[in-house]
Amino acid sequence: MNGGSETGPKPLPDVGPAADNGSVQQTEAGWKRGLAGSLAFLRRRLTGEYEVDDFGYDADFTEHVLVPPLRLLYEKWFRVDALSIENIPDTGGALLVANHSGTVAVDALMAALAVHDHHPAHRPLRMLGADLVFDTPVLGPLARRAGNTLACNEDAERLLTSGEVVSVFPEGFKGVGKPFSQRYKLQRFGRGGFVSAAVRTRVPIIPCAIVGAEEIYPMIANIKPLARAFGLPYFPVTPTFPLLGPLGAIPLPSKWLIEFGEPIPTDHLPEGAAEDPMVVFNLADRVRETIQQSLYRLLLRRGHPFLG
Amino acid sequence: MAGLTVLVTGVTRYIGSALAGRLAEHPGVDRVIGVDAALPEPAARVRMRDAEFARADIRNPLIFRVIEAAGVDTVVHASASSTPTGAAARSMAKEMNVLGTMQLLAACQRSASVRNLIVRSTADVYGGSSRDPAVATEESEARAVPSTGSARDAIDIEGYVRGFGRRRPDVRVAVPRFSSIIGPTVRTPLTRYFSMAPFVPIVAGHDARMQLVHELDAVALIEHLVLGDFAGIVNVAGDGAMTIAQAIHRAGRIPLPIPSPALDVVGRAARLLRLGAFSATQVRSLTAGRVLDTSRLREQVGFRPQFTTTAAFDDFVGRLHPALDPRTVRAAEVRLAAVLGVGAEPDGVWHSPADSAGVARPAIRTEGAEVTEVAGVAARPRLFSIKGDADASARARPAGRRK
Repeated sequence: MNGGSETGPKPLPDVGPAADNGSVQQTEAGWKRGLAGSLAFLRRRLTGEYEVDDFGYDADFTEHVLVPPLRLLYEKWFRVDALSIENIPDTGGALLVANHSGTVAVDALMAALAVHDHHPAHRPLRMLGADLVFDTPVLGPLARRAGNTLACNEDAERLLTSGEVVSVFPEGFKGVGKPFSQRYKLQRFGRGGFVSAAVRTRVPIIPCAIVGAEEIYPMIANIKPLARAFGLPYFPVTPTFPLLGPLGAIPLPSKWLIEFGEPIPTDHLPEGAAEDPMVVFNLADRVRETIQQSLYRLLLRRGHPFLG
Repeated sequence: MAGLTVLVTGVTRYIGSALAGRLAEHPGVDRVIGVDAALPEPAARVRMRDAEFARADIRNPLIFRVIEAAGVDTVVHASASSTPTGAAARSMAKEMNVLGTMQLLAACQRSASVRNLIVRSTADVYGGSSRDPAVATEESEARAVPSTGSARDAIDIEGYVRGFGRRRPDVRVAVPRFSSIIGPTVRTPLTRYFSMAPFVPIVAGHDARMQLVHELDAVALIEHLVLGDFAGIVNVAGDGAMTIAQAIHRAGRIPLPIPSPALDVVGRAARLLRLGAFSATQVRSLTAGRVLDTSRLREQVGFRPQFTTTAAFDDFVGRLHPALDPRTVRAAEVRLAAVLGVGAEPDGVWHSPADSAGVARPAIRTEGAEVTEVAGVAARPRLFSIKGDADASARARPAGRRK
């Protein structure tokens, strides 16, 4: 397990603007608590004293290993602003539909962290991912531990029925792997399976617009033969990758905005609406249009991609 | 209502013998005949209690004569789908599982007396690739159907059972699909796997979910199916799930990640050096993550397993000697915390101050007590014979039924 030393218990003490003396004491107490937390975490790993749910979500692991480095990236590197996060309900199922971009799906992780850290109920965001993710050694089990599961209607509906917030990126690889020249242009929205899942389980759809991810790894070319050779959907060429080798893995520090839109209710639809393709396509179009408009609005608001 | 006459296969193994014993005690059951190709060992005989034993190979048409002679109305095929290791054992097991089931079904189809058929199947039929949904319902079908191995056998067996159901619509057919059975008594490849010490090999980069059923729950469920009226397929698993690596840690062992291509070589080397044998196929098969939806079990069958997956595993672990004792780990933590001048956090699961009491371990460790109690009585099973059977059983029954 990496990052053993930085795995403190989650609610880091707010080092408020107190008197110098008190603040020093507070940080020292926080540091000690963090160390004790790390030790306890290591002990739990060694003895298997933790719980995973049916999908493999391991809250202990997510909290202590995955979240801390992501939080650093979220706060210091991308300076993410989460807007209108109160549009996500405090309880009950909800389907978050977001745009997908950035060559590597960092946007999904940042959206999850936004909900986890900044939503009043600190809900875990259960993401639906491509089967390629779960096929990959190391990454697959890690994704399951973080609470993600395969993007299929069975899993989506099961999670929504049990009252989880589920996020889905209907553009899929067409979105993450699109060239930089097409940034912030939504791609096709799959077959609308996400809409029928929401309609069938009668949960609201929350359109979510993520601005900033397009600039982290601007993809200027796609080497298709290499992609085929590695069994990947695309092989990106960015200004730094593969030119600078491993250094190319460092994302550019763009400024991010994540806006959670007004929930679109689905519980007023008649019984069997999920089986009506017209309803499904119309709803999918509406969600897509909402996200696209929000993207344009947020882009104007952000201004410069890196200084904004 | 006349009591049932039940035939149970596979009584040399735990599930079959324990089931035969339980049914023999049940007032709704008149007679229990356990069959197997080999003689049950003493522990299994004790578990069989008053059940009779007929030495018959289910691959042999003789089984039909047993069914006919005793007027069996309920057949429980409990011996299918064990997961053997090694290629020779593999083909042997296929023969036992698939061909044995076919023969048994043929006999049942011919017999006019059979009314109920229960065939034990396994959750392996769901596959468990990364393309499969995380949770399988009875309607789920594996996206990638396995072409070999015990999963293939189980799929074939279920196919023959479906065929039987079509040809004999008057027979009630129940097929429980068990996730791996575990407990202090059963000996399966899985229990051997978790008994390796101190290192347990896993495929590097993989850590799949698994679910378990406690042996007592498995037996209780089959008994419930025998006496109930449920027909169809039902998933059986203890609530909750754990991952393979987590289970290895919980057993007080250390997972040893080995890259998948090297598994065969390492396995052979370990066997040569007598460092403990493991089968590469088995270790690889544990990368299939699978959790069952058990709502049908609870709602339609009306059965709730007493052990969760974790409780079942902990009950099994209770008989192992831990290579890495949790108390040692805790002591090391406390000492290290003291050295660093910080207070150690309280013991236990992290996120649950409310439910840390958790699953109270059901106090059903009576297996040992029963053994000592009955040991004197049933040192030898009552033998069932086709000829002169009426006499034998008439003589034996009053003595046997002490109720």
